[in-house]
Amino acid sequence: MKIKRDWIWGWTLIAPALALIFLFTHIPALMTLWGSLFSTPRGRKPSHFVGLANYERLIQDPTFWKVLGNNAIYALGTIPVSMALALAMALLVNRPFKGRALARMAYFTPTVLPLIAVANIWLFFYTPGFGLIDQVLGLFGAGQSNFLGNAGTALPAIMVVAIWKEAGFFMIFYLAALQAIPPQLAEAAKIEGAGAWTIFRRITLPLLMPTTLFVSINAVINAFRLVDHIFILTGGGPDNASSLLLYYIYETSFRFWDTAYGATLSVVLLALMCLLAIGQFFLFDRKVHYK
Amino acid sequence: MLANFLKGSAAAAALSLIAALPASAVDLQFYFPVAVGGGAAKTIEGLTETYMKDHPDVKIDPIYAGSYQDTITKVITAARGGNAPQIAVALSTDMFTLLDDDLILPFDDYAKGEEGKKWIEGFYPAFMENSQFDGKTYGIPFQRSTPVLYWNKDAFKEAGLDPETPPATWDEMVEMGKKLTKTDASGNTTQWGVRIPSSGFPYWLFQGLVIEAGGKLTNGEGTETYFDSPEVIEAAQYLVDLSTKDKVMEPGILDWGATPKDFFERRSAMVWTTTGNLTNMHDNAPFPFGVAMLPEKAQRGAPTGGGNFYLFKGSSDEQLEAAVKFIEWITAPEQSAIWTKATGYVAPRPATWDTETMKDYAKGFPQVLVARDQLQYAKAELSTHENQRVTQFLNDALAAAITGQKPVEEALKEAQAKADQVLAAYR
Amino acid sequence: MSAFDRYLWNGGAALLAALWIAPLLYAVWTAFHPSAYEAHFTLTAPLTLENFVKAWNAAPFARYFLNTFILVTGITAAQFVLCSLAAYGFARFSFPGRDLLFSLVLLQLLVMPDILIVENYKIIHAMNAVDTLQAIALPYIASGFGVFLIRQAFMTVPRELDDAARIEGSGPLAILWRVYVPLAKPTYLAYGLVSVSYHWNNFLWPLIVTNSVETRPVTVGLSVFATTDSGTEWAVINAATLMTSAPLLLAFLLFQRQFVQSFMRAGIK
Repeated sequence: MKIKRDWIWGWTLIAPALALIFLFTHIPALMTLWGSLFSTPRGRKPSHFVGLANYERLIQDPTFWKVLGNNAIYALGTIPVSMALALAMALLVNRPFKGRALARMAYFTPTVLPLIAVANIWLFFYTPGFGLIDQVLGLFGAGQSNFLGNAGTALPAIMVVAIWKEAGFFMIFYLAALQAIPPQLAEAAKIEGAGAWTIFRRITLPLLMPTTLFVSINAVINAFRLVDHIFILTGGGPDNASSLLLYYIYETSFRFWDTAYGATLSVVLLALMCLLAIGQFFLFDRKVHYK
Repeated sequence: MLANFLKGSAAAAALSLIAALPASAVDLQFYFPVAVGGGAAKTIEGLTETYMKDHPDVKIDPIYAGSYQDTITKVITAARGGNAPQIAVALSTDMFTLLDDDLILPFDDYAKGEEGKKWIEGFYPAFMENSQFDGKTYGIPFQRSTPVLYWNKDAFKEAGLDPETPPATWDEMVEMGKKLTKTDASGNTTQWGVRIPSSGFPYWLFQGLVIEAGGKLTNGEGTETYFDSPEVIEAAQYLVDLSTKDKVMEPGILDWGATPKDFFERRSAMVWTTTGNLTNMHDNAPFPFGVAMLPEKAQRGAPTGGGNFYLFKGSSDEQLEAAVKFIEWITAPEQSAIWTKATGYVAPRPATWDTETMKDYAKGFPQVLVARDQLQYAKAELSTHENQRVTQFLNDALAAAITGQKPVEEALKEAQAKADQVLAAYR
Repeated sequence: MSAFDRYLWNGGAALLAALWIAPLLYAVWTAFHPSAYEAHFTLTAPLTLENFVKAWNAAPFARYFLNTFILVTGITAAQFVLCSLAAYGFARFSFPGRDLLFSLVLLQLLVMPDILIVENYKIIHAMNAVDTLQAIALPYIASGFGVFLIRQAFMTVPRELDDAARIEGSGPLAILWRVYVPLAKPTYLAYGLVSVSYHWNNFLWPLIVTNSVETRPVTVGLSVFATTDSGTEWAVINAATLMTSAPLLLAFLLFQRQFVQSFMRAGIK
C-alpha cells in the first residue's frame, strides 16, 4: 500500500514539469525531425514527403560545414577561456584589498547589460580608425584594424565579446564556492609544507568541481545559444565567416523562409546537444561526488 | 437573374444599413517598419491620427514592427497563421516572396476607375519597376530611397580640388580619391578618398556600380540573375580595386551603420549611402558637404530602395477598400511632403515636389533635389523569387571578393550557380 | 603573500576590472554627452540629458521594462515551483518509469528551447498565445537544468530529517516546504541568478513571438535602434541601455555586499 502511494506521489509531483518539458522540448524535437523529411511549402505548392533529400542537401551545403566549423571553434575557444578567466577573477577578488567592491561590480557588468545592447558598444570599440581599440592602439603608434571586416578576425572578435559576457557571469559562482572552502584546509596544508600552487591544485580545484560542473553546463549551452551579438556586429559575415549554427537556423527559417531546411539544421543541433549532454554527464559523474 | 438581382439589392440594403450606423467603424491593422532615426514612427502615427479625425468611420491601428526584417517576419508569420494585417509597409523587393506565398492582392482591383488609374500612374516609373508584375500593381511606393554620393567640401579644398565639383565618372572618383587619401608620418591612413559600405547588404550599393557599367542583375521577372555577366564582374572588380589597387578605400568590410560617423570624423572624404541619411547629414555634419549623383561609367545609374505599401489577403472587401483609400490619402502630395521632410525619403510622386511645403524645403536645402533628379537613371532594386536567399548569395560573393577570400570572377560564378539552382523551380 | 605578489594580484584585478567595465564606462560617456563626442574623450565636453529624452521618446521603455520585470519574476517563480516539485518526486519517491523519465528530463539539460524556435512557434500559435507574455515564458518554465540542480540538492538532505518530520505527521508537501526547500536555499539562489540573467538577456525568442508594445521585453525594444539605415546613433542607444539597466546596476551597487554574502554564507555546491 505504501508503495502504491509512493507511485502516485512521484507521478503527481513530476507531472506538471514533465508535461511542459514534453510539450516544448520532446514533441517539438520530434516534429522537427518529422518536418525535416518534407519539402518546404511555397504558396501554391504544398509540402510533400522527400525522405532524406534535405539531409543530402545538408551534406552538400558548404555554408553548413563552415558554420558548423565556426561553432566548434567558438565553443572550444569561449568555454575554457571564459571559465579560466572566471576562476581567475574570483581568486583575485577573494582577498581583501582596496577597491574590491568596485572590481566585483566591474566583473558583474556583463550580467546586467543585455548582450543585444552591449553589442552596439562593441561595434564602436571595433570600428576602424575612430573606434576605441584603434584609438588605444594609435597611442602606441600601431596601425588601423578592421577586426569585424576581415574573414580571419571576425569570428575571434565575436568570441571576445562572448568571453567578456560569460566570464563575468561565471565569476560569481566561483567566488561563492571559494568562500565556502574552509580556510583551515589550506592552513593545514601549509603547515605540512605545501606551496600555493599545490594547495590550489590539490585542495581548491577539487573542491570547486561541483561548481565547475554547474558552470560548464551553462558554458556549453551558451556556446550554442549566444548569437544575439552577431545580429549587430557582423550579421554572420563576411561570407559566413562569423556565422554560427543557431544564427544560420534563424536565417534559413525566418529570412529565407525555408522551414524544412531549417528543421533539418535544427535536427543536427539537437543531436549535437544530446551527445554533449550525455558526454558531459558521464565525464563529470566520475569526478563529482554528490551524495 | 432574379436571384442575382435579389442578392444585389439585399447587399445594397445591407450596405446602406451599415452606412447609416456610424458606430460600425472599419478596423484596419497597419504594420510599418522604421529604418531611419528620428521621429519617423511618430510622424506615421500622427498622420494616421489626422486621417481618423477626418474619417470617423475608419479605425486604423498603426503597429510599429521594428526593422524591415522584423516587419516582414511578423507579417508573414501572422499571415500564415490566418491573422494578416490589411496594410503593411515592407521592402519593395519582397514582392515576389509575398506573391509566392500567395499573401498579397493587386491594388488595381480596389483603386478603380479613371481616378484610381491616375493615382497609380502618378508615381515615378523608377519606383514602379519593382512594384508591378504581370501588368498588375502590388506595391505602392512610400518610404523610398536611392543611394547618392556625399562629399566633404573642406576636404576637397585641402586636397586642392574644386569643392563644388564632385566626381562625375568612375575614373574621376579614383583620381580625386587618390588626392583625398592622406597618410601620416608612420604610414597610417588618416583620411580615405571614398567609402562604399559593404556590411549587411553590399548588393544594394554594388547594384549602382552594375547599372553604371551598363549591366543588370536580374531579368525583372524574378526568375533570372546575371551575377557572372561581364558588366557585373567589371563592377565588382572596380569595387575591389578601390581598396587593393587604387588604395583609395579602406580595405575589408566597411560597416553601414558607422558610415555617417566615419564621414563626420573626416575619415572618408566621399561616402556612398542612402538619401535616407540626408536629414542626419544636414543636422550633424561639422563641415559643408555636397550631395551628388553616383558617378558614371557607361551611363549614370542607381538602384531604388526602400519600402512599399502592400495589401493583404484575408480581409473583407470593405476593409480593403478602406485600406486603399487610406493609402491614397497618405501618398497624396500634402501628406507625402510632410513625410519626406520628416525623414529624407524621396517623395515618390512628381506632384509632391510641386507643393509649397516641398518647394520651401528644397529652397533651404537644395541637396534634396539630387535624389529626385537621379531617378531618371534609376533602376529597380535586385528582387527575385526567394529574394532574401538569392540576394544573400550575391552578398556572400561580394564579401568574399572584398575580403580577398576568392577572386572576383570565381565568387560571382559560384553565386550565379547557386541562384540558378534556386530559381530553376520558378522558370 | 609577499608585497610583490600582492602588487601583482592587485594589478591583475585592476586590469581585468578596467577591461570588464569599459563598455559600461563608454555607455555612460556617450549617454551624457552630445553625439559629436561619441569618439572624442575630451574632459571639457559639454554634458547633456538630451539623449535620454530622445531615447525615452523613441520607444516606450517604461512599458518594456515593466514587461521584462513581470516576465523575469514570473518565469523564475514558476520554475522554482515546478522544478522543486519534480525534483522532489525524482529524489525521494520510487515509482515505475522513474529512471527513464529522469533521463528524458536530463536530455533537456542542453536542448534549450532556443533551438526549437520554429516548432515552438507553431505550438504557441496553435495555443492561440502568440504575442502574449505567457508565450515568451511557457517554453522555459519547466527546465531540465532546474530539475537536475534541485534534485542534486535534495539528495544531500539526510533521510533522518525527512523521517522525523513524517513521524510528526507531516505530509509530503509539508516536508518539501519545511525540510527540503530551506536546506536547498543556496541552490535556489544560484539557479535563480542563472535564470534571471538568461531571461533578462533573452532576445531571439521574444523577438519572434511578440508583436506589440504590451508584450515586448527590453531587449527587443533596444534592438530597434540598431537597425537603422541612417547610421548607428551610439549616444541614443547607450542612453536607452543605461535607462533599462540602471535599476539592476543600482540594485547591485546597493546590495552587492548582502548579495554576495548570502551566496557565500550558504555556499553553493
